[in-house]
Amino acid sequence: MSTASQTTPRIAPGRAGVKKELPDHFKDYRHVWVFLELERGNVHPVSFELLGEGRKLADKLEVQLAGVVLGPPGEMVEDAVAEAFAYGADLVYIVDAPPLADYRNEPFAKALTDLVNTHKPEILLLGATTLGRDLAGSVATTLQTGLTADCTELDVDSDGSLAATRPTFGGSLLCTIYTLNYRPQMATVRPRVMPMPQRVDKPVGRVMRHKLSLVEDDIVTKVLGFLPDNQSAMANLAYADVVVAGGLGLGAAENLQLVKNLARAIGAEHGCSRPLVQKGWMPADRQIGQTGKTIRPKLYIAAGISGAIQHRVGVEGADLIVAINTDPNAPIFEFAHLGIVTDAIRFLPALTEAFTRRLSPHSRDKLAS
Amino acid sequence: MHIVICIKQVPDSAQIRVHPVTNTIMRQGVPTIINPYDLFALEEALKLRDVHGGEVTVLTMGPPMAEDSLRKALGYGADRAVLLTDRYFAGSDTLATSFALSQAIAKIGETFGRPDIVFTGKQTIDGDTAQVGPGIAKRLDLSQLTYVAKIASIDLDTREIEVARRAEGGTQLLKSRLPCLITMLEDTNEIRRGSLQQALCAARRQVVKWTAADAGIDDLTRCGLRGSPTVVKRVFAPTARAERAAQIDTAERGLQDIADELIADILTRRPALEHELAFNSGT
Ligand SMILES: Cc1cc2nc3c(=O)[nH]c(=O)nc-3n(C[C@H](O)[C@H](O)[C@H](O)COP(=O)(O)OP(=O)(O)OC[C@H]3O[C@@H](n4cnc5c(N)ncnc54)[C@H](O)[C@@H]3O)c2cc1C
Repeated sequence: MSTASQTTPRIAPGRAGVKKELPDHFKDYRHVWVFLELERGNVHPVSFELLGEGRKLADKLEVQLAGVVLGPPGEMVEDAVAEAFAYGADLVYIVDAPPLADYRNEPFAKALTDLVNTHKPEILLLGATTLGRDLAGSVATTLQTGLTADCTELDVDSDGSLAATRPTFGGSLLCTIYTLNYRPQMATVRPRVMPMPQRVDKPVGRVMRHKLSLVEDDIVTKVLGFLPDNQSAMANLAYADVVVAGGLGLGAAENLQLVKNLARAIGAEHGCSRPLVQKGWMPADRQIGQTGKTIRPKLYIAAGISGAIQHRVGVEGADLIVAINTDPNAPIFEFAHLGIVTDAIRFLPALTEAFTRRLSPHSRDKLAS
Repeated sequence: MHIVICIKQVPDSAQIRVHPVTNTIMRQGVPTIINPYDLFALEEALKLRDVHGGEVTVLTMGPPMAEDSLRKALGYGADRAVLLTDRYFAGSDTLATSFALSQAIAKIGETFGRPDIVFTGKQTIDGDTAQVGPGIAKRLDLSQLTYVAKIASIDLDTREIEVARRAEGGTQLLKSRLPCLITMLEDTNEIRRGSLQQALCAARRQVVKWTAADAGIDDLTRCGLRGSPTVVKRVFAPTARAERAAQIDTAERGLQDIADELIADILTRRPALEHELAFNSGT
């Protein structure tokens, strides 16, 4: 470990209602860790987004940023380590053992808990994916520490505590949560909530390898198989560069065709607000928002969507938000960049036509000349 | 087979309003419901009982009025209901909640027979954390099967269970051991409506009420606010953006005109999009 234990502990300034009295045995917990999620060969992009965020926290705290890679021995883990350095990690902890080939709670929770107990990070971040949530919940319980789910903002406050902000009360409000007297401070963040960081020019870093203190025979749960999703049919909303979405304002299931037509014309993914899923007008994997997907496209066009906070938190990361709504007072105009007060049912076909004209090879030639 | 299912009474968050001036939650008159995700787990538990026999016990931790949710669950067909209620539980975060529930489940095991399966919903609609299920599994040392879309088979003799679980990018097929904890995915089951007779019976049935002491919890420092490592410091409304959307004038103009202006506006603000859109559309 570093010289962390010799550093003077940070003293918490007096604060109404919350007092920080970090017990002595937690005072040498240092550094920010990001769990790198391996998905059949690839690192889940949320892990890179977290490395970007972890870098900022580590810089503020003047500590190191470490990645954690758990997987089977071989190329997959080595590639993930290289990627961790490329996205800013100073150090990567590796546990590579055959039982870590496919995700199962037991060996992963054991490996991560052992690493934490040995190397004592002060902050541990994981993606709020099915894997990340499954793992984070049991690791936090074993470590008896605080875990804040689905954060939308992470920061370090003046006394060095992690300030984890997340939506609360069905998303209508935000709250900031601290884990004052326990370590590590754990948080999960959903994919696409944080921006993708720049790759580092000449990545370097240290590797620390650990053994898994479990063998296959100790593990009760066995993987029988994996059925990959039919990729072509599944929406790739979270990572789409352009998204067109429709809301209840479209009035009828048939009108969603107008959204799909525009999406097709400009090579976009299509999505919707939650009521449409509840009505069965669109499948759940097309829902955008707090209980659906978080998106970060370069362009987002919302037609007939009011812009309720639960929808807003899912689209705020978009670079350019265009809203089409008949109600000039709709909340969506509070956070959209461009707005049109008009009937989306009539306007969408016109917009599709105008885009098609503008983007046709003929007009592109004209533009170029 | 004995199945324990944890449910939570939650405010119907679709009906929660935030006070426009004070930014506080207006809870008055907001109806409560059983956390919708828990109903899929309850239905799965009842289906398993239909096939394998045995009993279904519903458990909730909450204020005395959470008894209503338990009665509803009895109305759906659960055999027994346990309400864990004590002022010491107030302010519990997920760690403290999973502690209290796991102690109560252990007590249920001693009193009514050891559970083979403990169910929870995928997550709650008020907390949205999905952390309580894994917390309970860890504390009771049950094998943990989260985001289960389907229980393929259960063999009570060999104590084996096979499930399909939602994973990133696909479905994982797992074989594990009983007892286990399962968090059930939504839309996995058509929720049955209890019969009128069941509902009438449920109204008259006894709900078992346990305090912390009744559930065998002697370490109260692990409950409620004191047992919660997370502290909520601040609750606030999201800040509005400085300016409202730039509005495109629609008065007395044709739709094509407006559309052309919008596209021009988009491409002025984000010139790089022109290539992208043209490229993506494959024209
Ligand atoms: C716990 C919880 C989680 C939630 N999660 C999500 C989530 O993930 N995603 C989500 O989207 N919502 C979510 N919601 C729901 C959210 O609160 C809103 O109810 C929802 O976003 C509203 O959808 P909408 O804007 O399509 O419909 P509405 O609120 O009905 O708005 C329709 C809008 O269309 C406009 N309009 C009507 N006719 C036309 C027309 N012809 N042309 C143009 N505009 C028209 C209206 O002016 C109005 O602004 C959640 C709610 C809760 C309680």
